[in-house]
Amino acid sequence: MKTETQKLATPARPLEMNVRFDKAQLLRFQSLIALFLLCLALTMLSDKFLTVSNLWNVLRQISVNICISIGMTLVVLTAGIDLSVGSILALSGAITAGLLKNGIELPTQNLFIGFTILGAILVGILCGTFLGALNGISITRFKVPPFVATLAMLTVARGLTMLWTGGFPISSLGDTFLYLGAGWFLGIPVPVWITTVLVLIAIFITKKTRLGTYIYAIGGNESASRLSGINVKRVKIIVYSIAGALAAIGGLLVTARLDSAQPNAGISYELDSIAAVVIGGTSLSGGRGSIIGTVQGAIIIGVLNNGLVLLDVSPFWQQVVKGLVILLAVIIDKANSSDE
Amino acid sequence: MLTVNNITKRFPGVLALDDVSLCIEAGKVTALIGENGAGKSTLMKILSGVYPEYEGTLVWKGQPVRFTNTKDAQQHGIAIIHQELNLIPHLSVAENIFLGREPLTRLGTVDKKAMFRETTALLQKLKLNVSANARIADLKVGQQQVVEIAKALLTNAELIIMDEPTSAITGSEVDVLFGIIEELIRENKAIVYVSHKLDELFRIADHYVVLRDGKSIESGSMQGVTQDVLIQKMVGRKIELLRKQTEDTPDEVPTLRVENLTLRNPRKPADSLLKSISFQVGKGEIVGIFGLMGAGRTELLECLFGLHHKNLTGTIHINSQEITVKCPADAIRAGMALVPEDRKKDGLVLGMDVRTNISLTLLKELENWGTIPIGRVTKLAKKYIQELSIKTPGDGQKAKNLSGGNQQKIVLAKWLATNPLLLLLDEPTRGIDIHAKSEIYKLIIELAAQGLGIVVVSSELPEILAVSDRVLVMSEGKMTANIKGCDATEDAILKAAIPKSIYEN
Repeated sequence: MKTETQKLATPARPLEMNVRFDKAQLLRFQSLIALFLLCLALTMLSDKFLTVSNLWNVLRQISVNICISIGMTLVVLTAGIDLSVGSILALSGAITAGLLKNGIELPTQNLFIGFTILGAILVGILCGTFLGALNGISITRFKVPPFVATLAMLTVARGLTMLWTGGFPISSLGDTFLYLGAGWFLGIPVPVWITTVLVLIAIFITKKTRLGTYIYAIGGNESASRLSGINVKRVKIIVYSIAGALAAIGGLLVTARLDSAQPNAGISYELDSIAAVVIGGTSLSGGRGSIIGTVQGAIIIGVLNNGLVLLDVSPFWQQVVKGLVILLAVIIDKANSSDE
Repeated sequence: MLTVNNITKRFPGVLALDDVSLCIEAGKVTALIGENGAGKSTLMKILSGVYPEYEGTLVWKGQPVRFTNTKDAQQHGIAIIHQELNLIPHLSVAENIFLGREPLTRLGTVDKKAMFRETTALLQKLKLNVSANARIADLKVGQQQVVEIAKALLTNAELIIMDEPTSAITGSEVDVLFGIIEELIRENKAIVYVSHKLDELFRIADHYVVLRDGKSIESGSMQGVTQDVLIQKMVGRKIELLRKQTEDTPDEVPTLRVENLTLRNPRKPADSLLKSISFQVGKGEIVGIFGLMGAGRTELLECLFGLHHKNLTGTIHINSQEITVKCPADAIRAGMALVPEDRKKDGLVLGMDVRTNISLTLLKELENWGTIPIGRVTKLAKKYIQELSIKTPGDGQKAKNLSGGNQQKIVLAKWLATNPLLLLLDEPTRGIDIHAKSEIYKLIIELAAQGLGIVVVSSELPEILAVSDRVLVMSEGKMTANIKGCDATEDAILKAAIPKSIYEN
């Protein structure tokens, strides 16, 4: 009997497996497929799209968004949100630029502190990390909802940027610093190198380390995680600090590329970043998603922006199209996840 | 008025109601009694239209009926007042009462005046002295309960089912509630009253129906029965004893010793959720803790596990070392493990795979040079999948795709992986099928034989009797009995568990 049923079952099973395999594979690569179709369409519509210089240009542009969105992904995986990244980006960029250009003068002590490039960069990143940690502390210690806590930080950090710069750009920061944003290394733009390294580190953290597992566990079920002995508060503070640090690095890239720290830099960057995370398939309710998905999401947004410019679409219509793409991506994602 | 004929309700793997028949008369209070899990709530859900699918028939005022949803039942005149009140705290009394059936003016706006008028009339009838515009949040729990009754009356309910209506209110409020019930009875309405508090039933009920293991065991008039008789009918069944009680070993150091544990109620500082609890658990001993809803069972375990640190006084010793537990991590370090009551909410990360769930408590130990080697995680998971015979297609399967019993085994696995000294189990077999239940009992007994101290908290008496070496009984935050397993009878345990405070007020 047994062998008979097995024989009967064997021909049917591989077929069924194959079908499922294909569907799962399709789902996994849905954003890559979307990206490929988008590129194909743009190549046919514009002869400027598929050129080496344009592609490097696109990658250089999106490297800032990818940088911010890595941190955003980690935050969203814990079922949080970070609206303050754009302002932290501006403040950190301005602090680095200011220290580099003017140093710190303390007239009362008759003291002047000058900064090397490395020193100025470190202070900038530390400042972003610190503000991120403050976000984490108000969310965990004082139980402020992430949306509100980071919204407050958005305003505070923007205000501090205005105070620090007096509302004026800080420009002409030197060739070495400019190289970080506009330079090339081994034929690839420097910001793309930096972002690639950060992406690899983030993938390593999410896939291979305790912190990564904890992030997914907290987003999936915070209460069960706490009962398992995980220090939920500490993990969250770390995650928001990382988001702050990455926003600061994004700020350095923007400042270096323009050779100028603009007080209005990074306005509404948080929205592009959340869009990248969401298009990349990370669930806003936490526990599900990936860095690589976010990278794909950021590339889709970047290519779309670039394509719409190349096609001479009016900036107003660009916004409409972008919004619809975000909506579509989430609708497709929802439909898929309810399949499970 | 309502006749229930041979109703059977099956859930996957469980027979919740087995050929239940009963009769509810107009103008009478019918008490529905039975232990937890006897089938009371399933029956109530069928009567109120929550479960439209069942075998058997309902006859309502001479007509066979089958309610397809709760609204349908309401339209027929059956209302249910749940133990957890369904009111919206920031809306007014009138808005709550009319929620979902607001009267409209000719212009299509909500007719607030009519709402206020009718609500005031209703409140007057129920002798509730609050304004129809008062916010629910500003009312006392007892008053909120009356608002729920007003809601039921507005739908012209003729049969009102009350589920543990006095679980959250005090003596004088109970008197008011009973006054209202008597008034309703004079209007020839029927009341089904579900409660654990037997003494209340003797005050208010005319008839009783006893459910046990999903069967209607007996019904009759409250006159001529005594509490003892009712208790016997609720439990009367032979329990298969799984465990031979061990001899006393008093000289040994207890694994857990708790002294004067008191938990302040953060919302009502004068009140305590746990009142000076002291007990100990020996090495290899299984201590069962029984109590009815709200007795403080779960709170006790949560206190041991560091969840209520701020409001807690008293001392906890593990192996005669005094410990301070400020958070679960402290408890784990001290050698405790907690299998929580609600595994979906507190036990598992459902969207994660089996192996990560099992290793979640142990990642720090598995870590190697800052990374988590997948090989070690898989090995650990495979070990427990085999040892506890967890049925899963593989260790990479998501936890949410497994059955309740196998999910529970994953929770057990993740705690056994920490090599605990003391295992705290809160309702370890809730919602799992009979086969998995007996597997878990066997496992508990094996673990105790290996020297683990085990605390089993349960609201199911058979479970307590099946595994415990010693039974502690809790009632209203106090420890009311400490009985050796061999002396424990269902009668004795239930007597200690039933609250007495209702007459003390």
